[in-house]
Amino acid sequence: MNRVRKIAVPLVAMALFLAGWEWLVWVNGWPTYKMAAPSDLWPAFWKFRWLFVEYGWQTLWRTVAGLALAIVVGVAIGMVMGFSRTVRDGLYPLLVGFNAIPKATVVPILALMFVGQHDMNTILVAFMISFFPIAVSVSIGLSTLEPEYRDILRSLGASQMTVFWKIALPKTLPEFFGALKVAVTLAFIGTNLMEIISPHGRGLGALFDSGKISSDYPLMFAVLIALAVLGIVLYYIVVALEKTFAGWAERSLT
Amino acid sequence: MTYTPAHIELREITHAYRTDAGPLPVLDNLSIRMAEGSFTAVVGPSGCGKSTLTRLIAGLMRPDEGQVWLGGKMVTSPRPTVGMAFQNPVLLEWRTILRNVMLPLEIVGQRKSKSDQEARARDLLALVGLEGFEDKRPSELSGGMRQRASLCRALVHRPEVLILDEPFGALDAFTREDLWQTMARLRVEEKFTAVLITHDLRESVFLADSIVVLSGRPARSQYVMENALPRDRTLDDLYGSTATEMLATLRQQIQVAQGRAPAEATAQAAQ
Repeated sequence: MNRVRKIAVPLVAMALFLAGWEWLVWVNGWPTYKMAAPSDLWPAFWKFRWLFVEYGWQTLWRTVAGLALAIVVGVAIGMVMGFSRTVRDGLYPLLVGFNAIPKATVVPILALMFVGQHDMNTILVAFMISFFPIAVSVSIGLSTLEPEYRDILRSLGASQMTVFWKIALPKTLPEFFGALKVAVTLAFIGTNLMEIISPHGRGLGALFDSGKISSDYPLMFAVLIALAVLGIVLYYIVVALEKTFAGWAERSLT
Repeated sequence: MTYTPAHIELREITHAYRTDAGPLPVLDNLSIRMAEGSFTAVVGPSGCGKSTLTRLIAGLMRPDEGQVWLGGKMVTSPRPTVGMAFQNPVLLEWRTILRNVMLPLEIVGQRKSKSDQEARARDLLALVGLEGFEDKRPSELSGGMRQRASLCRALVHRPEVLILDEPFGALDAFTREDLWQTMARLRVEEKFTAVLITHDLRESVFLADSIVVLSGRPARSQYVMENALPRDRTLDDLYGSTATEMLATLRQQIQVAQGRAPAEATAQAAQ
């Protein structure tokens, strides 16, 4: 019963959303250049089905690669900031400043810096936009570790590294996954920013751009839907990982 | 009086914390001796440096001046012959109770087989009344039960010294009395020299052989009381005249430590 509900409720919500959208377009009699209805999208999907698969895959792997880079760098930065107050005080304003720069402004700079290397450009933008929450959450998780947690192992003569592996790291996992859920969506935005702006970059962003150039409005909407679907898939992969590795943090309300 | 060699000895310890507002002295020329197998309670006004004391004995920090001796050796770094339990039981939420208790053995118990280690942990858990909870997560246990598990973890590697930093401080009165009895039982079954930091005077009278009252910050040893109750005591003894007298004296000494009693009490307390 519960399982059925878990799947059925979101599906019904989605169906209602699509029906409402269709109805809105129909009632107002909007042309497709103003707003395409869901029923307009199927022909677009069908016509470009192979491009959707190819470009969708491109967008997906670039996002995952950027996110992976963000995890490695974010965790590393978070670790040094979590363990050393001096490093934290020094790096924090820099990080905040870096994070405050709208990534759309970085896109042309990167595109010039690595001309033609679309994969690398895209991965870099995805990385830059998504490492911040990971770094911050890991550093906060580590720096707020109560001293007693360290002391129970330190008092036995355990090394800092042992304390990190046995206590600090697992204890930070819930915060890490919380940040990862934010980061996965951000990385996705980063990938598409680059794909839309950088010419011949391919990926779903490029498909969106070509829809714009050729005034194929249903295609543009179809790309948005495809992006949303990919985003949902990535997000729930992270949720599944969280359940596996940090499921203990979920308080049962019984 | 016969001389018993001290198992733990604090020799003229002076320590200050460096803060932005200058050094904050917490311990001032403090000396305490504890015999092997003894149970010493340290009481004093809050913020008087009691917890600093536990970290010094554990070797987690070194005093500015003075020395800590443990079993005839000077303490310069942490040593695996120490077990600690705190007010916060700090159990690892991602481990079962059994695996939590076995944690110290992952650092110091490599000589023993896995099954021996597990049997040891299970025995201890049974001793504190946690039989059947081995595979539960800490979040499924009550505060008192978590503290019991924390005591097991502190003892699982058979430490020579057990350091208790207000382990019962956050529990309700009834649970606390239960835990006192558990502690007394552990003391019969296990061999250790215990240091208990507490601000519950009844707790110190029930558990300890000798009670050290510290002065306000910076802490000096102000008064030492040998427990007059029989070794094998019950909670009822706490309401007898001997205990009442001891408690009254301790309370008076605490007030002196807080600077709230007349000077004559201080003179009386001088050793």
